[in-house]
Amino acid sequence: MKGFIFKEFMHIFRDLRTMVILFGMPIAQVLLFGFAITNEINNADIAILDQAKDVASTEITNKLLSSGYFRLHEVIDDPNQIEASFEKGTIKEVVVFEPHFAEKLQNGEKTTIQLITDASDPNTANLINNYTAGIIRDYAMKSNPNAGRTLVNVETTMLYNPELKGVFMFVPGTITVLLMLVSAMMTSISIAREKELGTMEVLLVSPLKPSQIIIGKVLPYVVLSFINALLILVLAYTVFAMPIQGSLLLLLLQTILFIVMALSLGIFISTVSNTQQTAMLLSMFVLMLPTILLSGFIFPIENMPLPLQIFSNIMPSKWFIIIVKNIMLKGLGMGYVWKETLILIGMTALFILLSVKKFNIRLNK
Amino acid sequence: MTKADTVIVVKDLVKKFGSFVANDHLNFEVKRGEIFGFLGANGAGKTTAIKILCGLQSPTSGDIKVAGFNVYTQTNKIKQHIGYMSQKFSLYEDLTVSENFRFYGGIYGLSNKLIRERTKTLLQRLDLEHAANKVLRDIPLGWKQKLAFSVAVMHNPEVVFLDEPTGGVDPITRRQFWELIYEEANRGTTIFVTTHYMDEAEYCQRVSIMVDGRIEALDSPKKLKETYQAASMNEVFIRLARAQKNTE
Repeated sequence: MKGFIFKEFMHIFRDLRTMVILFGMPIAQVLLFGFAITNEINNADIAILDQAKDVASTEITNKLLSSGYFRLHEVIDDPNQIEASFEKGTIKEVVVFEPHFAEKLQNGEKTTIQLITDASDPNTANLINNYTAGIIRDYAMKSNPNAGRTLVNVETTMLYNPELKGVFMFVPGTITVLLMLVSAMMTSISIAREKELGTMEVLLVSPLKPSQIIIGKVLPYVVLSFINALLILVLAYTVFAMPIQGSLLLLLLQTILFIVMALSLGIFISTVSNTQQTAMLLSMFVLMLPTILLSGFIFPIENMPLPLQIFSNIMPSKWFIIIVKNIMLKGLGMGYVWKETLILIGMTALFILLSVKKFNIRLNK
Repeated sequence: MTKADTVIVVKDLVKKFGSFVANDHLNFEVKRGEIFGFLGANGAGKTTAIKILCGLQSPTSGDIKVAGFNVYTQTNKIKQHIGYMSQKFSLYEDLTVSENFRFYGGIYGLSNKLIRERTKTLLQRLDLEHAANKVLRDIPLGWKQKLAFSVAVMHNPEVVFLDEPTGGVDPITRRQFWELIYEEANRGTTIFVTTHYMDEAEYCQRVSIMVDGRIEALDSPKKLKETYQAASMNEVFIRLARAQKNTE
């Protein structure tokens, strides 16, 4: 048994590609998601069309520009220039103040600020729009509490992430995807490899029990996956100052549960695939893509069509992301995540049961 | 460990999968130190029989003992006393020669000291001591095959099952491999070998030929050739397989 685990580690350490995937990926992904693929906006170029040129409009403009989110690219004088400005491709938004803006505001009349956004990139457009509206509403509330409500009617609420930091959303997702990748994909490939090379036959003929073979194969990946999860958490904590509001112990226990779940899924995949390629493709399409797309990691589940929303329930990663977010960002305890935990335990049991069944059928053929 | 003269006893072995009969009342015995050829066309039921003898599957009925142990109840004991090697060689390509020895020795519960000793003697026998620290993927196919065989006999099994061990290997290497098999048999290890090469069948002391789940012939190659009035084992095999086709 000891020799078995040692051998498994040797396979991993001898193979440069495996090593890169194991340890390069988490670092690269966290940094990528943290810095590059962020849905925060920074210095977005905007244009201002100020037809009022009064105190209020100037104040709002200054507030927008000093927020750090926006940079004034040009000042437009004529509404007909708006389209031409967009066509140059630099600006993402034009803020239009109507004439006599401050006057109307003072008299308590309804005033309008028009936000025209370049929606060819809908996500960014949406974000910029929300940011701008937020700042304007903030101004309106402060300057005139009564009129403020009529001025802006965009409601945006950003709970638990007041600074709108994208990385807070991405870290739970990244942990999930990586654990899935390392645990499920790596184990399924490594078991399939033994089958392909014929070493599995020899192991089965040997005095080792099937359960010993499986544990021997899986244990190294449990250890490595766990190290990976820790690595991501440390990166998130140090580089991005991501808080861990809840109990660290609970978080780590949940992580181990998810790893075991992913491993049992990996074992199941390997029982249905005979070559490394099949295992790889199965993992890619059955695990990776849905994990990324349907778990709420990148695209909010609430925005999906109903069939997909229902389908997302069978993605283990969806539940794990909920657990991680609840513990890390909201600081909730076991009392709030027991349902998700039970679902994960149930899934683990199901996959192990299916694999054992499949394994026995194969042996008796 | 039993030191009886008969290592494998098979009486009325039947294995059914639903209504399909893979092994139909097989009867044979294999003596200690014998080289026993287990021949048959693809799909004749060889693999099923080997799996049963290795304790991977249980038979539907029959009285079968391997190395003195019952295949129904003592499969773990059987596994301790047999060795196995297949066409795929079953060594790990990314480990060195001695790491492969250490791993397989460990599986059979040999102590580290014993593993070191055995590795040394086995490599000496093959004249491959210089390759001990080479990674397996860098060494020639012929060496790998011999190493795989050495690994299979490392724990001194009473019987070694060789499932088409020489597939895809050139004739000279095959010949050298058979020399190795003879040496091992002379040390008292029973060799149970399947092959599709009829020239190899000639090397066996006794040969059984399976056709459609039954053993149609079982004798020494010399006697088989006499019985079927054939010049070679190849002819014997074809005659038996064709006879089957004509009755279908």
